Amino acid sequence: MSGPAPAPAAVEVCDLTRRFGGLCAVDSVSIRVETGARHAVIGSNGAGKSTLFALIGGAQRPTSGAVYLGGVDVTRLPEHRRAQRGLARTFQHANVFGPATVAANVALAVRRWLGCGYRPWPDRRREAAVKGRVAQLLETVGLTGRAGTPAAGLSHGERRQLEVAVALASQPSVLLLDEPTAGMAAPETRRFVELVAALPSTLTVVLVEHDLEVVFGLATHLSVLHLGRLLADGSPEEVRADPAVRAAYLDARSLAS
Amino acid sequence: MTGWLSDNLASILNGVALGCLLFALAVGLSLVFGVLDVLNLAHGSLFVAGAYAAWRLADDGSLAGFGLAVVLAAGIGGAGGLVLTVATRPLAGRGHLDQALLTLGIALVVTEVVQSWFGRDPHGVLPPLAGSVEIGGGYPIYRLALIGAGLALALAVDQAVERTRVGALVRATVCDPDMVAAMGVNTLLVRSGAFIVGGALAAVAGVLGAPLLGASPHLDAQVLLLALVVVVIGGLGSVRGALLGALLIGQVQSLGIALAPRQAPFLLFGAMAIVLVVRPAGLLGTRAAAA
Amino acid sequence: MSRLLADRSVPGGAYLPRALTAGRSVPVHLLALAVVVWLVALPFGASAYTVGVVGRILAFGLFVASLDFLVGIAGLPSLGHGAFFGIGAYAAALLARDVTAVGPAQLAIAAAIGAAAAGVTGLVTIRSRGIYFVMLTLAIGELARQVADSWTSLTGGANGLAGVPALKLIPGGGSVVIAGHIYWYVLAMTALAFGLLAAVRASAFGQALKGLRDNEDRMRALGYSVTGLKLAALFVAGGFAGLAGSLWLTQLRFVSPADVGFTTSALALLCVVIAGSGSLWGSFVAAAVVIVVRDELGTVIGGRGPLVLGLMFIAVVYLLPRGLAGLVPGGLRPQPQPALGTGVAE
Repeated sequence: MSGPAPAPAAVEVCDLTRRFGGLCAVDSVSIRVETGARHAVIGSNGAGKSTLFALIGGAQRPTSGAVYLGGVDVTRLPEHRRAQRGLARTFQHANVFGPATVAANVALAVRRWLGCGYRPWPDRRREAAVKGRVAQLLETVGLTGRAGTPAAGLSHGERRQLEVAVALASQPSVLLLDEPTAGMAAPETRRFVELVAALPSTLTVVLVEHDLEVVFGLATHLSVLHLGRLLADGSPEEVRADPAVRAAYLDARSLAS
Repeated sequence: MTGWLSDNLASILNGVALGCLLFALAVGLSLVFGVLDVLNLAHGSLFVAGAYAAWRLADDGSLAGFGLAVVLAAGIGGAGGLVLTVATRPLAGRGHLDQALLTLGIALVVTEVVQSWFGRDPHGVLPPLAGSVEIGGGYPIYRLALIGAGLALALAVDQAVERTRVGALVRATVCDPDMVAAMGVNTLLVRSGAFIVGGALAAVAGVLGAPLLGASPHLDAQVLLLALVVVVIGGLGSVRGALLGALLIGQVQSLGIALAPRQAPFLLFGAMAIVLVVRPAGLLGTRAAAA
Repeated sequence: MSRLLADRSVPGGAYLPRALTAGRSVPVHLLALAVVVWLVALPFGASAYTVGVVGRILAFGLFVASLDFLVGIAGLPSLGHGAFFGIGAYAAALLARDVTAVGPAQLAIAAAIGAAAAGVTGLVTIRSRGIYFVMLTLAIGELARQVADSWTSLTGGANGLAGVPALKLIPGGGSVVIAGHIYWYVLAMTALAFGLLAAVRASAFGQALKGLRDNEDRMRALGYSVTGLKLAALFVAGGFAGLAGSLWLTQLRFVSPADVGFTTSALALLCVVIAGSGSLWGSFVAAAVVIVVRDELGTVIGGRGPLVLGLMFIAVVYLLPRGLAGLVPGGLRPQPQPALGTGVAE
């Protein structure tokens, strides 16, 4: 034995499989996401990306295989437990608390993180701390001016920003972004990319994306899924050059490399 | 063991008979809920309508009167179903609590009307097939016939849903009504059809069950309660689940009342709890009913 | 007390606690003050009958508020909440008859038993969502009524428990028999309970329940234990319902299976619908309307209480423009459906 054991990956899935009857949505996928990476998962529609996210997040259980967070086997853990272990995710479809204001949305997440989510009596001091943290998070994502708007009244891009603020509230070590720029106009997309680029390097970001400009602009590592299987896995340059990937996926889109 | 069985055979058979009745009710409830997304709490009222029809037309035990009651009940039940279709139309998309309260209101009104027309006293109804069979100390032939009819109905419904085109249409409408409408199928027809069939089934069940349960104004609450439990534990979307659930609940209720009348509600609750703990989506549930 | 008006502005109740005087006009505050003064001064001018009616409204209003907590705040639509109200009343009656008629003891026991019953039945009901939850609560409420009806040795059967000893304020003290005094006791206890309920609603727990109501899946993803929240909500709602039952019993000194059963649950739900969710004051106003209509109108048309109730349901469902969707924003389906909120300036 020479040297210390390699540091555990922030997220690792081993031979992960999810079947729905005869359909295999995710087929023996093994991916390792290093700490601090900006790891993108791409693939055409139906490739299994969202299912993979659901499996990592805990919303679904795999048919076989394992999910590890920071080296710990979390396959058996339910969703809220994985959240407590530092995993946060945003959702493909707007998943906010509609009637609540932007500030209230973030406050729900902050309170849980500060450990006072279940407190059954009013507490001025704690609420002040919560309010402060909420303001900080809204500042980070650029929604300070919209704090009092009900979430249902936000534009699409703003809702995405809100989702990131909510996700960040739990000071996660791993952030899963599920198609964050889907439906965004170009300036919103740019703003979003800046936001993600500015996130701390201690935070591991895994994102599912269709927008290849965003992917190649942000990603340090790429995994390509095709029909549920892992097609390629490596640095952006490696993946771009991979002939199998070109055939199945990249050539169909005109790409400025 | 065998001694206990033969002592309580009558109750057990009653439980099966009750189960068959509950199945008919549960199928109607399930059908209406699955196809129209309406929680129909007036379903028990249709049952009561059938029961009173049997009492008025056939309380002397005549087969002809009974047959007439069945036909009349089918008509009343179907008409009631149509009325309910119309009544719940404005509530489309407003959520199930609205429908629950509306149909509840209708059920309460119907109960009061029944009471004012027929009085508050319960009435017995003689079975159209007199005589008994030598099982467990003499068991009424009619109830055996009822069990037979109930199982035949279960088979018919199961086959209709699984094998026929209408059944497929119903299943499709349950899964995705917009898609079915886009296919050019008149969903209004399917929807009112579901209510009409469900209503007729409930009323006919009321007639058939009258020799067993009689006719009384608050019968609707009693059977509705049991039917709801059957629907929940049987699992929505499953005819076989409804049958299984109905037989189970019929048994628990019948044996419970016979052996431990004061504990009967607890037994029912217990059965419900056990089923839901072990199988949160119901015995054979296919829909996302579980938390 | 003006804090109780805080939740009116946003459908479903605002999320963050508002400052006491934020956004409230002076006339509304004056109105609230006037009502409070009127309530306190009532025994001085009104007849024993009127005092009795208002006292019953207070107790029932508390029960309605507990159901609104469950339905409007936590998003758990229950058609069987009367069970816990009735169980609380029975518990208080049995306590008064067999142990002590001291009011606060009755309240404590009734609340505890109401909460426990809600918790135990909750273990079963929360396994189902949406419409199945409604069906289960209906079934359980009816089962509870059957228990009350058949367990004659404990509950007096269909006849109920009559002749319950009068209220005492302290152990060994004298019985409180003057209608006005009983009323003040009820008023004081209701006000305390009300304040407690308002505090819970304004707490982090209350916000979490609203989050649960609006987007259960998201709460799970945020790390909240959804099962725990639902059970806790049932516990609290059951406890306050039991408390209300005890106050009801103290005044009527009689309890019967009807108090446990569906009619009581339905009546309370009707009040919640009329009040609109998220309004504690509304619970009392609605309770007043419904009780007065039912009792006064009921005698006019010969005691046909259920008929009136049924007609009121039908009327309310058809006439409420936003329907009951404003009550439970996501409807009763598992998928969240965000309601379109009005702008609220924090």
